Amino acid sequence: MEELSGGEMVVRALADEGVEFLFGYPGGAVLHIYDALFQQDKVDHILVRHEQAATHAADGYARATGKPGAVLVTSGPGATNAVTGIATASMDSIPMVVISGQVITDWIGDDAFQETDMVGICRPLVKHSWMVRDPRDIPEIFRKAFYVATTGRPGPVLIDIPKDMTAPHNRYPYEYPEHVHMRSYNPVTRGHTGQIRKAVNAMLQAKRPVIYAGGGAIQGEAHEVLTRLGRQLNFPVTNTLMGLGAFPGSDPQFLGMLGQHGTYEANMAMHHADFILCAGARLDDRVTNNADKFCPNATLVHIDVDPASISKNVPANIPIVGPVDQVLGEMLAMVEQSEQQPDQKDLDRWWEEVQGWRQYHALRYDHDADGPMKPQHVVETLYRVTEGKAYVTSDVGQHQMFAAQFYKFDHPRYWINSGGLGTMGFGFPAAMGVQFADPDAMVACVTGEGSIQMNIQEMSTCLQYGLPIKIININNQALGMVRQWQDMQYGGRHSQSYMDSLPDFIALAEAYGHVGMKVERAEDLEGAMKEAFAMTDRLVFMDIYVDPAEHVYPMHIAGGAINDMWLSKTERT
Amino acid sequence: MRRIISILMENEPGALSRVVGLFSQRGYNIETLTVAPTEDETLSRLTLTTFGDDEKIEQITKHLNKLIEVVKLVDLTDGAHIEREIMLVKVKATGSQRAEVKRSVDIFRGQIVDVTSTVYTVQLTGATDKLQAFIDAIGETQVLEVVRSGVSGISRGEKVLNL
Repeated sequence: MEELSGGEMVVRALADEGVEFLFGYPGGAVLHIYDALFQQDKVDHILVRHEQAATHAADGYARATGKPGAVLVTSGPGATNAVTGIATASMDSIPMVVISGQVITDWIGDDAFQETDMVGICRPLVKHSWMVRDPRDIPEIFRKAFYVATTGRPGPVLIDIPKDMTAPHNRYPYEYPEHVHMRSYNPVTRGHTGQIRKAVNAMLQAKRPVIYAGGGAIQGEAHEVLTRLGRQLNFPVTNTLMGLGAFPGSDPQFLGMLGQHGTYEANMAMHHADFILCAGARLDDRVTNNADKFCPNATLVHIDVDPASISKNVPANIPIVGPVDQVLGEMLAMVEQSEQQPDQKDLDRWWEEVQGWRQYHALRYDHDADGPMKPQHVVETLYRVTEGKAYVTSDVGQHQMFAAQFYKFDHPRYWINSGGLGTMGFGFPAAMGVQFADPDAMVACVTGEGSIQMNIQEMSTCLQYGLPIKIININNQALGMVRQWQDMQYGGRHSQSYMDSLPDFIALAEAYGHVGMKVERAEDLEGAMKEAFAMTDRLVFMDIYVDPAEHVYPMHIAGGAINDMWLSKTERT
Repeated sequence: MRRIISILMENEPGALSRVVGLFSQRGYNIETLTVAPTEDETLSRLTLTTFGDDEKIEQITKHLNKLIEVVKLVDLTDGAHIEREIMLVKVKATGSQRAEVKRSVDIFRGQIVDVTSTVYTVQLTGATDKLQAFIDAIGETQVLEVVRSGVSGISRGEKVLNL
């Protein structure tokens, strides 16, 4: 049998898992691994400029492809810099394997140089973690790590490797295990047929049904069967922020996103529904508003692969633990075979009501031809110019909500944002991961002047690897969402929510070797954007100045039900 | 409501910290905790007591089950069970109190396991309320030091928690 050092085993195990890209940053504790990386050509190492960006890039890659992201960082500060990215992946159930270096075994606990208890720090953030205590365990640990990260409810895992475990002179037989068995980890592979039948019966009797699908429908590859089921039943469908693209955004049956900044029609339909099919969503506080007032008249069917997500915030009437695609598939087969079908008259009446809501608000916003450009207009223009075909990553804040509201995603994995943790600085490095996954695709990072500065150093990485990302910087010279809350709840006192002394983003982009464009007037936007996307081999930083006073609407009224919303600065439900 | 949750888990470094960490990170409280390897040395048996309504306990058990090292888990309070705790207690024992303490120990079926001219060290086994009753009977002013093991428990009858 072939003999390898621990460092070589790490790299070989990644190759054996089919890892194409390893996002990382070298340092003392991982030098043996970097030396092994240097001497092979199967795994492509991507050198970022900050470890947080490595995790977000791996995360973006994972979200775009469905394959696990892989990250390599050194001990101490390298590891702690990665923590925000691990937490981001954890909240959104993204499969990721993070390898962190560690000081040599004998020094652990001695406050050695660049020592940090990474396993301890990450305990609440990862699905599982391992510390390598014997180099011979490396192949099995890696096999288990990838297995755990990608099965059941996916999530990040951590492998912490003391430097002596990778020493080049200690060599051991290497064989990568084909299968892995863990007696204490058996993710559910099928939903309970009796429960599914019960859910289908309730579904076929519903008069005011809504299908509500979340990120689990995307992670669980259930978009196709979800779309078929939705169309077969002619039910209204809404997606969460994480679920956008699970059902086609331009389909007439699609109500848009629901929740805090969801559409009027989605939130109204949810509140008045008598039946809700929740598929791979977790009824979190950004969706439900006050959970006690959530959808008072609905029978709630909740499908989730993670039993702990069911009845956590809202009790489910019919809980189904299982993979969303398998459960929905079984439901669809039952619906197709059933003699009973939904009552079309009831459904027509329901649709009439839903259409009324849709026409009432329809994501309207004030236009003033002489006034400043509106951020909504920027996203609408982006949608038009890219013909809805771009991957859109976002940071966190108003621009994220405008992107979610106004860009219609017809396919899964094209909308990439930090939904659960809400990580500013996510969008740009995530866009790098997406561009690596799909080099010829249009990748737009919709961001703001606040968020982009949290990982702006990655412009250097983009130059090195020729990543032609389009940065759509919606610049309102303010931390827009913070400012909006201060307007609405703090008497307009804009405490620290301004963005003063901004850099000249155009000069900055050019300094990094890219193209910069400044747009200040609405009439220049479309032409400039077309020009930017025509530069298919260049990163373009579009600095677009918009109205600093604009708010995102609809917006939940805190403490209310899902249908209690502000619809504009002066109008509420 | 008080619950006794009994967990069979991999006897691996870090497993205990994950169980304990789960409680603090989700805002649950642990009242008592005992853990030791079983007859199969790859497995540990952990028993903990906590308080919560049915909903909260359901969440706790679901999250515990999600931990990779947790092999099996049972809420002993769901059925008939036996629970025991061991207590070692140092009691002032001088003059006439010596006989009084000895009598109480006998009534509670405890044992005096160490003796000095002024102190008895008493060992007592039983359910938590019995141990408390002993301390109450002796009187808190007489008690110098108490150490309790925390609750261990097992189901009654043929029900077993194993692989």
